[in-house]
Amino acid sequence: MRFNFVFSEVWIGLRRNLTMTVALVVVVAISLSLLGTGLLFVKQVDNTRSFWQSRVQLSVYLCTATDVSANCQKSGQVTQDQINSIRNELLATHDILSIQFVSAKQAYKQFRQEFASNTPIVKYTQQDSIPPSFQIRLKNTEVDAPQVTEVMNGVTGVSQVVNDASILNQFYRLLDGARNAVVAVAIFLLIAAILLVANTIRLSAFNRRRETSIMRLVGASNFYVQLPFLVEGMIAGMIGWLVATGLLIGVKSVLMSTLQSIFPYGVTLSTTDLVEVIIVAMITGLLICGSTSFLTLRRYLRV
Amino acid sequence: MIHFDNVTKTYANQGRPALENVNLDVEKGEFVFLVGPSGSGKSTFLRLILKEERPTTGRIHVAGKDLARLTNWKVPHLRRRIGCVFQDFRLLPNKNVYQNIAFALEVIGKPRRFIRKVVPEVIDLVGLEGKRDRMPDELSGGEQQRVAMARAFVNRPMILLADEPTGNIDPATSIGIMKVLDRINRTGTTVVMATHDAAIVDSMRKRVIELEYGKVVRDQSRGVYGQAY
Repeated sequence: MRFNFVFSEVWIGLRRNLTMTVALVVVVAISLSLLGTGLLFVKQVDNTRSFWQSRVQLSVYLCTATDVSANCQKSGQVTQDQINSIRNELLATHDILSIQFVSAKQAYKQFRQEFASNTPIVKYTQQDSIPPSFQIRLKNTEVDAPQVTEVMNGVTGVSQVVNDASILNQFYRLLDGARNAVVAVAIFLLIAAILLVANTIRLSAFNRRRETSIMRLVGASNFYVQLPFLVEGMIAGMIGWLVATGLLIGVKSVLMSTLQSIFPYGVTLSTTDLVEVIIVAMITGLLICGSTSFLTLRRYLRV
Repeated sequence: MIHFDNVTKTYANQGRPALENVNLDVEKGEFVFLVGPSGSGKSTFLRLILKEERPTTGRIHVAGKDLARLTNWKVPHLRRRIGCVFQDFRLLPNKNVYQNIAFALEVIGKPRRFIRKVVPEVIDLVGLEGKRDRMPDELSGGEQQRVAMARAFVNRPMILLADEPTGNIDPATSIGIMKVLDRINRTGTTVVMATHDAAIVDSMRKRVIELEYGKVVRDQSRGVYGQAY
């Protein structure tokens, strides 16, 4: 095997086909980075899901004096007796991991902390408009949560029951939608990339038909005849992948800061996640460019 | 060395066979002229030896191998034992004399030390001393054909096929080309040369095989181009 021979042939091929090579690199870069972005969305949803799995709570909000829901209009502000009976009923009827009463005062303090950066909201929210609540963690959230919601909605002193999971599900739907859109575009571009690889290799084979015909004549093995083209396709693919890697690093930081500004809880992507996605992109790029080159060569460089 | 056993080759979409019931033997070290008008089957004959085409019926043995039983991935090994020269030289225009010849060895994976040793030798053999750095477009037609012969011979093939090697070259220069072919033949290489050049055939007095409409109509040792009798 003579590596410098193969690489000088590859270099000639890439240079003679400069425009096609550039087009190929650009399309591979964009399609791989979109694919990677889609994968980052998937990772994101997975991470958020496992973060919230153990934290999902049911919040039973109790009536305040100013609450306008129908239930509270009837009964007015929740009393200590009502609070006790609600707690007892919750404990008696369901499989509960933990139950915690958050008084109106504590809730207000927490609210001020979470929205500390948003002074107008903090300023115009009065202490008595933040309701006291029970924070419940159920053993079997998916089955029990709807039941608890249904039962508690009728009980005197309860304003409303909010399941954290339903808020999260909206967030997941948003991310899933974004992922599907990105992956759909990525698939179209990967198809374009495959066609471009095939075309580039075909042009390259045509440009070097003199060399390849002589190689065949003097008895170069198929492997030797085809290797430069194969390497050429793969190198173009790898340059595309390198560009895509840069784009993905950018996408990760933009994606993260955007998502965190929309939904600041449990949204994280580690460097490991990013590296995994970049490796998947590399393998995809190599497979697509390598196998397409190989199949094209079988058609255009018959011995 | 080359053995044709009742070989017929019919191309798709063509009624008349390009070669029909050809039986012949070429022994090791022979020099054979293949003559006949255009379309008589000379090129088909050469292509069959290289296994660029397959016979429709009949058997071909080259260098002891039955071509029908030679798998595709073994074909390159067959071609390493056969050198080829063409009317149009087929040199790489962006490589100089040395590089053109070395290319034939590089692509079959020969070590660089070996290439550096044998390429100058073969340049001397074809009479191109001192021209190793010339580009093909700086050479005359005769010189280009010498480069092509050097490339065909550099791997010491057992057989050299020449398809009208003097077709693009003036008669005076052709004599030099024939001398080189003769020198190659004297090293023990079997030479098969397809040609239209009557003067050359007549002067060499070698075996002549004449094809007409795909059939062997004459096979004569020490023959001439036309009918001598």
